[in-house]
Amino acid sequence: MLGFILRRLLWMFPSFFAVTVVAFVIIQLPPGDFVTSYAADLATSGSPADSATLDALRLRYGLDQPMVVQYFTWVGNALKGDLGMSFEYRSPVSDIIWDRLGMTTLVAFCTLAFVWLVAFPVGIFSAVRQYSIGDYVVTFLSFLGMATPSFLLALVVMYLSVEFLGYSVGGLFSPDFVNAPWSFARVIDLVQHLWIPVVVLGVAGIAALVRIMRANLLDELGKPYVETGRAKGLPETTLILRYPTRVALNPFISTVGWVLPVLVSGDVIVSSVLSLPTSGPILIQALKTQDMYLGGALIMFQCVLVLIGTLLSDILLAFVDPRIRYDN
Amino acid sequence: MTTSPATVPEAETPAVAAVAPQRDSASQWRLMWWQFRRHRLAMASTYVLVFIAIVGIFCEFLAPFSPNAFTPRYTYAPPQRLHFFDRDEAGSLVFRPYVNGYKVTIEQTALRRVFTVDETVKYPVGLFVKSDPYPMWGGLFTLETKLFGPVKKGDPMFLLGADRLGRDMLSRITYGTRISMSIGLVGVALSLVLGIILGGISGYKGGMIDNVIQRVIEFILSLPTTPLWLGLAAAMPNNWPPLRIYFAITLILSLIGWTNLARVIRGRFLSLRTEDFVTAARLDGASEPRIIFRHMAPSFVSHIIAEVSLAIPAMILAETALSFLGLGLQPPIVSWGVLLQEAQNIRSIVTAPWLFAPGVAVVIAVLALNFVGDGLRDAADPYRQ
Repeated sequence: MLGFILRRLLWMFPSFFAVTVVAFVIIQLPPGDFVTSYAADLATSGSPADSATLDALRLRYGLDQPMVVQYFTWVGNALKGDLGMSFEYRSPVSDIIWDRLGMTTLVAFCTLAFVWLVAFPVGIFSAVRQYSIGDYVVTFLSFLGMATPSFLLALVVMYLSVEFLGYSVGGLFSPDFVNAPWSFARVIDLVQHLWIPVVVLGVAGIAALVRIMRANLLDELGKPYVETGRAKGLPETTLILRYPTRVALNPFISTVGWVLPVLVSGDVIVSSVLSLPTSGPILIQALKTQDMYLGGALIMFQCVLVLIGTLLSDILLAFVDPRIRYDN
Repeated sequence: MTTSPATVPEAETPAVAAVAPQRDSASQWRLMWWQFRRHRLAMASTYVLVFIAIVGIFCEFLAPFSPNAFTPRYTYAPPQRLHFFDRDEAGSLVFRPYVNGYKVTIEQTALRRVFTVDETVKYPVGLFVKSDPYPMWGGLFTLETKLFGPVKKGDPMFLLGADRLGRDMLSRITYGTRISMSIGLVGVALSLVLGIILGGISGYKGGMIDNVIQRVIEFILSLPTTPLWLGLAAAMPNNWPPLRIYFAITLILSLIGWTNLARVIRGRFLSLRTEDFVTAARLDGASEPRIIFRHMAPSFVSHIIAEVSLAIPAMILAETALSFLGLGLQPPIVSWGVLLQEAQNIRSIVTAPWLFAPGVAVVIAVLALNFVGDGLRDAADPYRQ
């Protein structure tokens, strides 16, 4: 087991390396570099930068050097905590992103918990009562959930709240609490706002997971060991929860690996619609204005977040299912 | 693979007995069709998809107006009800479709125009009405007739309302159908090429190559897709012509979308590689292409078709999301995602909830594709008991 965890941890290094390469390539794709955009930005604002400043910036980030060297400089600086400058915000990237990444993580994990809490009982219900009215309703709703883009759902929720509740539901805090220091009241306020993005983001994940849970459990329900348990007089609820459900549970844990990318992806769009203080809106802004150091850093961290989630799910899976040992 | 008569119960009514031999001699594709037909939702969805395809192919003829024709007078005009029957001079009901006109008042406090239905004004609506000449299929030939529209040119008809510039939503959604659906198809076609090549090599060769390709796929699958799509889309120069942007977007979508298809194809190759009939073909001296295309392909093509039909909706949703954020297709092109950009802020959707209509189109199309894909997957292996 320890060997497995160690090996899995070692795998993180090539993955991390690949993630940084991907983020770097995205930074480099648009024509021109960060300094030319910076200079253009300054020129349009009426105070053109002198060439000495620009050269100093180029030197600092090694922009005159070959790509490979630039890449290692960027990663090296990133590991030291210097993620470059955002010229949109005129401040170091690392000052901007930490709060927002924290919020992204919070929203993602709350959503994950919500997805599990709902999908688990609903999936079991749908499988045990196969072809009942309830099953048809669940099946239809989950297909509908998978077919609705999350941003559309966010828009509909916003529309409904304005039409029927009379106020807008955007953001994660009430105006009073946006800049307030952390306190108990602020946490309560956060929870009051958090459920909307959590529900909106969770719908697609729930829909997919219910389908998987249902299919897996249906495969198990017909097996002889279930029949044996029934013949021995086990109460139906105990029987189903204790045996086939446990076997069918694997996808729940292994889905952390693919639900997280979906959640982080969904967050990018949904949070810009609901104007949440997560990393999504500034990522879109950064990409639109070619604020590439900011964009690159955000893409890198979102990928890392997902890598860590996948690692956790793999380890958890090995703990839960004794059949999975990953040896060899 | 058991369809031998031995599995058929002995005692049968004559009617069933007559069907059974037919079933035994039916081709694989016929069996699949029978299986597919039993999935009622999938069958219904097939009709929906055929309808959507017709709308996409003939959008110039079907849309009552040009998607970019704007009428500032009718900014955010609400949807009109289409009346089919009207009273003639004698007072009896006759079939004479019409829409009512609008009465516009200015709300003084908000300086906003308020539309109310004006029952006294009737604009007749007809089939095969004359219109300004417009090019069909990118200028292949010119037509002057629309399937339906206001009989008198210039009369307002907004069955799904109008947008910020007074453009007809129905026409725009009709045009958007072509772009949104075709982006799904082209994108999936590209991913399929990548998936077949890489997944096929991976599954057929196995060993080291398989290992490398699988690690790459796992890595790509573990990345959050939207930030990557956004990053790649943002790197596109915005002075590109629309057609180039269109193909760049499909390429970006398929760069990440091929992985699932590759996995499915690899899985099929892996499981078939060791089948007796493949070994027999190999021992018989058949060449590799012959083994793959003549012996293996018939048993996996159906699975791949099913998988492809499930990949198209994902592409459509991705394009919609990218365009919605303004990083995908750009306004002169009309796709459902581009149309939803109009619905981005809360003020416009409260003023004009009909801006959600393109979203409804997305949901219907994706739902139908998913159901058809589901039915195809169930039917993909007709020999399964």
